[in-house]
Amino acid sequence: MSRKGADIVIETLIEEGVEYIFGLPGGAIMEVYDALYRMGGIKHILARHEQGAGHMAEGYAKATGKVGVAMVTSGPGATNLVTPIADAYMDSVPTVFITGQVPLHLIGNDAFQEVDIIGITRPITKHSFLVKRVEDLPYIIRQAFHIARTGRPGPVVIDLPKDITQQLSDVPIPSKEEAVSSLIGYKPHLTGNPQQIKKAVKLMIEAKKPVLYVGGGAVNAEAQDELVELAELMNIPVTTTTQGKGAFPEDHPLSLRMLGMHGTYYANMAVYNCDLLIAVGARFDDRVTGKVEEFAPNAKIIHIDIDPASISKNIIVDVPIVGDVKIVLNKILEEIKRKGAKILYPKEREEWLEQINKWKKMYPLTYKNSDKVIKPQYVIEQIYEVTRGEAILSAGVGQHQMWAAMFYKFSFPRQFINSGGLGTMGFGLPAGIGAKIGRPDIPVFVVDGDGSFVMTMQEVITAVHYRIPVKVAIINNGYLGMVRQWQELFYDKRYSEVDLSVQPDFVKLAEACGAVGFRAEKPSEVREILEEAMRIEDRPVIMDFHVDREENVFPMVPAGKSYRDMILEDGKSPDVETMYLVG
Amino acid sequence: MSEFTVIETRKVREVRKGATRKHIINVTVRNEFGVLARIATLIAGKGYNIESLSVGETHEKGISRMTIEIIGDDIVIDQVVKQLRKLIDTIKVRDLTDIPHVERELVLIKVHTPTARARDEVLRITEIFRGKVVDVSQETYTVEVTGDEDKIRAIVELLKPFGIKEMARTGKIAMKRELGWEENPQD
Repeated sequence: MSRKGADIVIETLIEEGVEYIFGLPGGAIMEVYDALYRMGGIKHILARHEQGAGHMAEGYAKATGKVGVAMVTSGPGATNLVTPIADAYMDSVPTVFITGQVPLHLIGNDAFQEVDIIGITRPITKHSFLVKRVEDLPYIIRQAFHIARTGRPGPVVIDLPKDITQQLSDVPIPSKEEAVSSLIGYKPHLTGNPQQIKKAVKLMIEAKKPVLYVGGGAVNAEAQDELVELAELMNIPVTTTTQGKGAFPEDHPLSLRMLGMHGTYYANMAVYNCDLLIAVGARFDDRVTGKVEEFAPNAKIIHIDIDPASISKNIIVDVPIVGDVKIVLNKILEEIKRKGAKILYPKEREEWLEQINKWKKMYPLTYKNSDKVIKPQYVIEQIYEVTRGEAILSAGVGQHQMWAAMFYKFSFPRQFINSGGLGTMGFGLPAGIGAKIGRPDIPVFVVDGDGSFVMTMQEVITAVHYRIPVKVAIINNGYLGMVRQWQELFYDKRYSEVDLSVQPDFVKLAEACGAVGFRAEKPSEVREILEEAMRIEDRPVIMDFHVDREENVFPMVPAGKSYRDMILEDGKSPDVETMYLVG
Repeated sequence: MSEFTVIETRKVREVRKGATRKHIINVTVRNEFGVLARIATLIAGKGYNIESLSVGETHEKGISRMTIEIIGDDIVIDQVVKQLRKLIDTIKVRDLTDIPHVERELVLIKVHTPTARARDEVLRITEIFRGKVVDVSQETYTVEVTGDEDKIRAIVELLKPFGIKEMARTGKIAMKRELGWEENPQD
């Protein structure tokens, strides 16, 4: 049957199982919006800014594991998506971004609302398509979803010239297999080399002081059960990155929580002193390693990752295993069981775990609470209690993000949604909205900073529009707090352009948008507000927590420094004698 | 704190640095819109300059082959190769630098030859290099030569004293030799 290109777009998206599109229409994409209006079958969330739509698609994808879809018009619509695209690229979020484009004959003419979005996003996409023939449309859309969700997931841009969406064609929607058969160079390696797996298992059995270092790849591969099994079977402690949070439950006795710049003392000491580091779907980011020369200096490293280009990029590894984390871990478990290794591994491993427990007791994650001023950590702890640890948290970027990572214990995958690689302020609210849409069954808290929140606060209107009950906790210290902290520590307190004490009244702002607003200025008010917020199910709640303005995030490893240079609570250094074991 | 024993010296992880040298990389690609831009963006993103690049269709329809020459650190180039492999439109990527291979380049050189003596001399050099004179004017000879890097460099050096008015090179193409090395299944 002959129909418009725009109709083919909607048809193919429905075939791909798309339930939600996050977007904002404009001239070049109007045909597709018209087809959506006529055909239905997909719910559309009208964001108030394209960046918001992009982060919503990311939040939806991060919370559900499904491909998030955002659709915008050409020119400024497309450029406003650039940050979410880069964000999705850095954090490997399966996303498809559809941008309108001027008609083919006008491309390259500086036409109205024309930009070369393919060119602009080339270094920050997994792949991109400019559709040049209407017959290619269903194939390209199918391929885009295939590329976005397989291998190391990532963003794919489809640039849709307006005339293509207007042309008629009777091209049928191909099957997935048919559509992707022409991608002859794209075959993600999934299974892992059996020799390398054998080598890895041998190292795991022999190691006296092993540590598992788990990243977002384990979440993407849904490998949580395998990780718990491996850790328990072999008695290996587990640390996770911000993106890996929830892949291993943080209330598990083997959990070391987060490592790296704002990691726990015990996670960082365990990594520093370990003799075997097993990296699972993690990429040795500089925020994790600090000074690479002194990162796990005594350890052999096994690296399991689906992306061969991630292996030995920052740190040379001893046993690289390219493959899907879940598949590889299952093979490792098989091999271990075949060997009956539980009985074999050295008894020093018990001492290692004792040592780690000493570190845990010596410098636990802590802060000094106050009954006069609200401590940001206290707010996070209260959110944890009120939600019984069962909420999804979406965070912006800055101090509040790190406090959320530290003082909320995450116990299931996809529970902590935040911008890790790109560090995008303003990510929290729209991503939280997308997450809540994807997981309406779970309460979603947005933990935001006052600086982060105002960058995308127009999306409160979207949440009101669709009655999405996200609960936004603004950790309001009237500063660009993380920058201020660095200025305090490394720039002799020269607080250059970080003061945000001039702010809107967030309660009135919430009310003006049709949301509920609360404010807490005393610690005693925190709990009550959170409980009240939990009861509101028909609209967003904005909670303005006026917190201690100059509270710092500790522990901290200064950028580019070694774990040995960690700063603990109150800016103190840890007792040096506790840091090292005989190698 | 007797339960801990302090290690006196800081242990340091070895950070590998590669040698900087010229690499020659073969890339087989699907001949799709933007594929060249993608490859160029990737290499430029590493801060590297492409020394030479040649692209042409292969015997298979829709499949092109590129030969890229880059100067860079071995480790970074290894990263570049891995990332090139990741591109959706690349089919095969192979760094030929340490593999026995044949490489050829074609060069056109327009030489200033106003005198009979100059014309004789240029013709003789061209013949020694098994080149051809492909265009003639009162003032110039245009010489075509193919060969590997050393041969091209040699003839350019020999012709320089006459005055080179223009020069164009195709960039290298390369192909691995069939004998004399073992196939690496990772490639």
